[in-house]
Amino acid sequence: MAVNSTAIEIQHLGFTYPGQSEKSLSNISLSIKSGERFGLFGQNGAGKTTLMSCMTGLLAAQEGHITVFGHSLKNNLKEIKKFIGFVPQDFAFYQELTASENLEFFGAMAGMNRPAVKKKTEELVEILELDDYKQVRQLSGGMKRRVNLAIGVMHQPRILFLDEPTVGVDVLTRQAIMTYLKKLNEDGTTLVYTSHQLSEAEELCETIALMHEGQIIAHDSLTQLLDQHKEKELEGLFISLTGKEYSRENG
Amino acid sequence: MGKLLATLKKDLLLLTRDKVGLLFMFGMPIVLAVLITAVQNSTFDLVNNNKVSLVLCNADTGACSRLFRDQIEKAGIFDITEKECQKGAIKLNDLMEQEDALVGIFIPSNFTEKIRASSILVTEQILHDLGISGDRLQTKQLMAPSLVTIYYNPVMQESFRYSIRGAVNGAIQLTENKQLLNNLYANFNEKASPDSLENMIREGQTGVKEITVSQNGMAVIPNATQHNIPAWTVFAMFFVVISLGGGIVREKTNGSFLRLRTLPTSFLVSLLSKQITYLVVTISQTIIIFMIGVFLFPAMHLPKLVLPESTGALFLITFFSGWCAVSYAMCVGVFARTEEQSNGFGAITVVILAAIGGILVPSFAMPNSFRTILNFSPLHWCLESYYGLFLRHASFGTIIMSLMPLLGIILFLQLLTFFGLRQKRLI
Repeated sequence: MAVNSTAIEIQHLGFTYPGQSEKSLSNISLSIKSGERFGLFGQNGAGKTTLMSCMTGLLAAQEGHITVFGHSLKNNLKEIKKFIGFVPQDFAFYQELTASENLEFFGAMAGMNRPAVKKKTEELVEILELDDYKQVRQLSGGMKRRVNLAIGVMHQPRILFLDEPTVGVDVLTRQAIMTYLKKLNEDGTTLVYTSHQLSEAEELCETIALMHEGQIIAHDSLTQLLDQHKEKELEGLFISLTGKEYSRENG
Repeated sequence: MGKLLATLKKDLLLLTRDKVGLLFMFGMPIVLAVLITAVQNSTFDLVNNNKVSLVLCNADTGACSRLFRDQIEKAGIFDITEKECQKGAIKLNDLMEQEDALVGIFIPSNFTEKIRASSILVTEQILHDLGISGDRLQTKQLMAPSLVTIYYNPVMQESFRYSIRGAVNGAIQLTENKQLLNNLYANFNEKASPDSLENMIREGQTGVKEITVSQNGMAVIPNATQHNIPAWTVFAMFFVVISLGGGIVREKTNGSFLRLRTLPTSFLVSLLSKQITYLVVTISQTIIIFMIGVFLFPAMHLPKLVLPESTGALFLITFFSGWCAVSYAMCVGVFARTEEQSNGFGAITVVILAAIGGILVPSFAMPNSFRTILNFSPLHWCLESYYGLFLRHASFGTIIMSLMPLLGIILFLQLLTFFGLRQKRLI
C-alpha cells in the first residue's frame, strides 16, 4: 500500500497509572504513516497495550501529545473516534448475541445507517466465514477471535488498532486473520498491530517499533533494522538491543 | 436516535435471553404475592371465619361452670370438644394432641364454689353500702380466686392468644355477673334472676362500629390482597437488580464498554437504554401482578384486588417506583466488580431494605428505633405511595407529595451512578 501522509504522530508521550510511581510509558515519540502496516512488539509489560490505549483515547497521557490525521487527540477525540477501529486483546462483545447481532449493534454505535449496517454485516459474515446461527458464547475460541476482529472493522475505519488479535487461535484461523488484515491494508486501512509473537511482525509488518520497559528501543522498517544490527531475525535484534533473552512464554 | 434504538434492541435481546433474570423478575414475585396473600388470608379466616379447635375439661359439677361453658360456645370462635378429666389438668396436653386442638381449657373443681363465694361477698358489700343489710358485713375474707387454665398449642402466635384470652375473660365476666345478679335478686325477691334480664344485660351492651380511615370516604375494607399486592409488586421491581446490575457488570467485564469507548457514542446512551428497558420491565411486572390480583385471586378464593379509581395516579406511582428500582440496580451494577458481588449484594440489600421498608413486616409494628431507619429504604416510600392510593384513597395532590421523597432518592442514586462511572473512567 502506498504511504502518503502521517496517520499518527506521537511526541514525548509519558503515562503513569494512578497510584503508581513508575512510568508505564516514558518519552515515546514515533510517527506512523497512512496506509502503513505498523507493529509494536515487546514482551508482556513492555507498554504495548498502554501505548495503544493512549492512541485510541482509552487512556489520557499526562505528558506529550498525539495527533491522528493532523487532529489533536486531546481536543478532537469524538471526531477521531469516527475513523479509528479497535480490536482489543480480550473479547469485547456481547456473548449472548449472535455474530450479526453484535455487528449490527456496534455498527449502529459507530454511526452507520441501517442499510450500511445490513450490507456490511452480510459482507463480514461471508468474508470471515462467521458462524451466525449461535450465540457467540457457544462459538469456538477461533470463531470468537474472528467476531472480535469483524466488529473492529465494521465501520470501515481508516486506522485499525489490533491488540494481539491472534492470541490462542489455531494455525488456520491465524492465517485467515492475517490474510484478511493484508487485504484491509491493500484497501487503504492503516494497521497498528501489537503482538509478542515476533514471527507475526516479520510476516505482517512493514515498520516496527520494539518496546522495552515503557520505551521504544528501535523504530524503523523491518529490513533496515535487521540490516543495521546485522541480525537475521527479530529475536536476535531484541537480544542485541536489550541484552536479554526474548521470552516466548511470557512475551 | 438510531443509536438509542439499536441499544434498546440489544438490551431487549439480552433481557429475553437472560432466563434466570426473568425468573427472578417475574416468577419469584408472582409466587411470593400469591403465597403470602394466601397464607395471610387463611390467618384472617382462622380468626374471623374458621373456628379454633378447643378441648374443654370441666372438673366442676356446679352451675357456674356450665354457664361458663355455654358462654364460651356463644363466643362463636371455638369448636368445642368436651372431655372427662376430673383428675386434673395434667392430661390435657395429651387430649389436645389426640384432638389436634389449638387450645385447651381446664375448669377446676371449685370453680362454682369460688364464684359463688366471691359474688356473695360483693353482694353483701353492695347491700351494706346501700344501707339495706345489717350493720356488719357477715362474710369475712375474700377467698383465693378460682383459676381457669388455658393451654395453647405452641404454633399459636401471640396475637391469636390475645383473641382467645379476650373471649375466655368475657365468658368468665358474664358468668360472674350472672351469679352476682342472682345473689342480688335473691336478697330482694328470694328468687333467681329471670333469663330475660340476663339477655338484656348481655345484648344491651354498647355496640362498636368499625370504620377504616380513607381520604375520599370510600369504604374498601383492607384485606390481605390490598396489602400484599402493592407490597410484593414493589419487591418485584427492586429485584431487577439481579438482571440489570449483573448485566452492567457483564458489560464492564466482557469488554463491551471498553469497545464502546473507542466509538463515537456516549455511554449515557447505554444507560438511557437500560433505564427505558427495565422501566418497561417494572411496569410489566406491575401489570402482571395486579392482573393476578384482579382475575386469579377470586378464582383461588382469595379477596379480589380492588384497583384505585385514579389510573393516572397509579401510573405515576408505578413509574416512579420502577424508576427508583432501576436507579438502584444501575448503581449496584456500576459499583460492583463482579457479577457475584452484584447479585449477592443486590439481592441481600433488597431483602434488608424490604424488611426495614415495611414489605416483610408492617412499619407500624416496628420498634421505635426502626421508625427513623425505614425512611432510608426506597421501598418504604414506594409502598407508602401505593398504600396512599390503595388503602387511604389519597387525592392526586397527596400522591404527588408522597412521591417527592422517592424523586429525591432517584436523583441521589442517579448522581451516585454518574460519579461511579466517572470514577471508573467509563464515561
